[in-house]
Amino acid sequence: MTALTGTGKLVRLVLRRDRVLLPIWILTFAGLMATIVASFNALFTTAADRQSYADASAADPGFTALYGPLHGSSLGELTVWRAGFYPVLIALIALLTVIRHTRTDEEAGRRELIGATVVGRHAGMAAALSVTLVANLVLAALVAAALAGQGLPAAGSLAAGLQLAAAGWVFAAVGAVAAQLTSGAGSARGIAVGVLGGTWLLRVIGDVSGLSGGGASWLSWLSPIGWAHKLRPYAGERWWVLLLVVALTALLAGMAVALEARRDVGAGLLPDRPGPAAAAPGLRSPLALGWRLHRGLLAAWTAGFAVIGVVLGGAASSVADMVADNSNLEDLFTRMGGSTGIVDAYLVSVMGILGLLAAGYAIQATLRLRAEETSGRAEPVLATAVGRLQWAGSHLVFSILGSALALVAAGLTVGLTYGLSSGDLGHQLSQVLQGALVQVPAVWVLAAVAVALVGLAPRFAAVAWGVLGACVILGLVGAALQLDQWVMDLSPFTHVPRVPGADVAATPLVLLLAVAVALGGAGLAGLRRRGIPAT
Amino acid sequence: MDETIRTEALVKSFGRTRALDGLDLVVQTGEVHGFLGPNGAGKTTTLRVLLGLLKADGGTARLLGGDPWSQATELHRRLAYVPGDVTLWPSLSGGEVIDLLGRLRGGLDATRRKELLERFDLDPRKKGRAYSKGNRQKVALVAALASDVELLLLDEPTSGLDPLMEDVFRQVIREERQGGRTVLLSSHILAEVEALCDRVTIIRDGRAVESGTLAELRHLTGVSIQAELAHPAAGLAQLPGVHDLQAQNGQVRFHVDPGALDAALRELTGAGVRSLVSQPPTLEELFLRHYDREHGEARDKEVAR
Repeated sequence: MTALTGTGKLVRLVLRRDRVLLPIWILTFAGLMATIVASFNALFTTAADRQSYADASAADPGFTALYGPLHGSSLGELTVWRAGFYPVLIALIALLTVIRHTRTDEEAGRRELIGATVVGRHAGMAAALSVTLVANLVLAALVAAALAGQGLPAAGSLAAGLQLAAAGWVFAAVGAVAAQLTSGAGSARGIAVGVLGGTWLLRVIGDVSGLSGGGASWLSWLSPIGWAHKLRPYAGERWWVLLLVVALTALLAGMAVALEARRDVGAGLLPDRPGPAAAAPGLRSPLALGWRLHRGLLAAWTAGFAVIGVVLGGAASSVADMVADNSNLEDLFTRMGGSTGIVDAYLVSVMGILGLLAAGYAIQATLRLRAEETSGRAEPVLATAVGRLQWAGSHLVFSILGSALALVAAGLTVGLTYGLSSGDLGHQLSQVLQGALVQVPAVWVLAAVAVALVGLAPRFAAVAWGVLGACVILGLVGAALQLDQWVMDLSPFTHVPRVPGADVAATPLVLLLAVAVALGGAGLAGLRRRGIPAT
Repeated sequence: MDETIRTEALVKSFGRTRALDGLDLVVQTGEVHGFLGPNGAGKTTTLRVLLGLLKADGGTARLLGGDPWSQATELHRRLAYVPGDVTLWPSLSGGEVIDLLGRLRGGLDATRRKELLERFDLDPRKKGRAYSKGNRQKVALVAALASDVELLLLDEPTSGLDPLMEDVFRQVIREERQGGRTVLLSSHILAEVEALCDRVTIIRDGRAVESGTLAELRHLTGVSIQAELAHPAAGLAQLPGVHDLQAQNGQVRFHVDPGALDAALRELTGAGVRSLVSQPPTLEELFLRHYDREHGEARDKEVAR
């Protein structure tokens, strides 16, 4: 028996477990790439249109930070540039997938069950890695086909696909290494996501510095996320960058294998720290337990929102500068879904994106309820003098107030950075904060959808993510696709007042709140009535 | 009130599966009641109904004089529960979980907690994910046993414990009984039930098939007899109520139903008894006989079809 015996069978197990998730994310990203081409085609009818848009965007530090460098004004270049954040998302999916099939299994004891059968020492990791790597190649092929199918050059389309796969490959291997380090999957995810954040930041600093011919532009070359952009699809492809990607992936995978060979099953390389022998006096209520379970996630989301707020708030002032010398553009952005002023339009779309992200947090925090139930951790708590509503409330308070807190944090940092740079702090800060707060009722509607599912149809609780996905698609591409208004109206985010720029209309907010209360109430009523754990 | 738990004709279905099919269960106050059955018989479902976690589809259940579904929260102050499969929060230490669960129940005896930690040899500083199955179970046991409650509901509490710890567990449960607490102990480990329990209910496919003190159950199921005879006892085999007869070199062994005992003994004395050993069946025999008989009948029915 070699260290890889049984890998084939485990590959089938991974595919069986991910038979829904894997096709969904692959098709989603391939579809999104195709959608970007379509929306650019609809927005810019002439090459001159594209040129003026590209000229302005390429020089903009905010856009460069978010999407990476823009090399030219061809449809392909614009498309790849606009999808410039996708490599980060693909990297995130890849590392999460690998950790889920390695460390998470190990922590849950499933690895032991499998390890006792005729399966080699490294088979589990080999299976998780091979599935993730191949899935990324499939994604690359689909993206290439989708883009080439819309008439874009074949070589560039292939490079655009491989650009995504490159990020996926490196970070699948990063995930494999992180999975060796800690005994808990949560900390392994934290390490891998931290590495991703760090490399993304390197790329941002390098690329933004490169705009002004700055001396730090070499930093992008230190970042695997930077490499994805260095591949330059449609702009004179640099194929040899792929060698870097393959080499680093192989190096990291080799490292993971070496680390795995040196440790025991179930153990991590970093030592576990012991906890206190007795609980602190304050740990005496479901809410205190909820705080312990949610505080890490809440802190991470709030800090992340604050940082994104600084980046996007900083970009707001460059949007203002950019528009000052380009009147064509103002008209353009208005068509892209803005209302009056161009900066207001930009801030509205920033707040819309933050609202969708905050809904992601709200759903994640709400589904903790279901996770506690299925893992068997709800049972001992509910067998004490804790009522069901009290138990549910101890989690929902984080979903409700936590999502609002994260939005306020982002509103504050966007408002502060933009307000300080525009010299109109008082006005801008209150405008932007209002823009953040009007998102809250829509976010709560999605949280309430999750509550309703947990209470009434617990087996389908994860459908809440699908609802969020639908809102994201409607919000991002609905306007470009010119969907019927009634379709757009299905998303609560369609009804959010466009602040700053428009007045805060109370009616839609009150209606959204009413919907949230009704859905949440129905869910809680269901939760009181049904059996726990629900089968 | 002398009955702590009473269920009558309790029914609970999950889809098409009938987990409880008219279960009757009575647990008297102050007794240690064994709840015996193989995996999947409905033991955990019963406990979850008694905890108000699941709502029964039919029948009645009373617990500590209240309705387990509508009065769950108040009743839970007076009981402690150890689930069969203990999962802990990965980021909380064992000590924190013990204190938290105790406080949520309404208080914890600090001296008792310390004593139990020592007796069960449990390190309360480890994080939830670092405990083995047995140690996770100990965390839940200490949390339950250190609480000042009237009723303990224990779902296969020793399935992950080593023999040494099982012994500690038995001692602790005996002390609990002396302290006047009521214990419902679900188990499939017969020796444990035999050692600890005053009364036993045997459950199969969601129904109670036997219930009573061990003595009553033994009486119901008769005795095993082993005798050395001067002459062959030819009539024994024809007697109704005599089972599993084996005769060899003047030795006979058989099992006899209570009603047939008298006739069987007459038959033996007629053949000249040289030695006689009679034994009440062990719980294991009771249990196996019961399940063998049921499964045997089921097989017969299938054959008949």
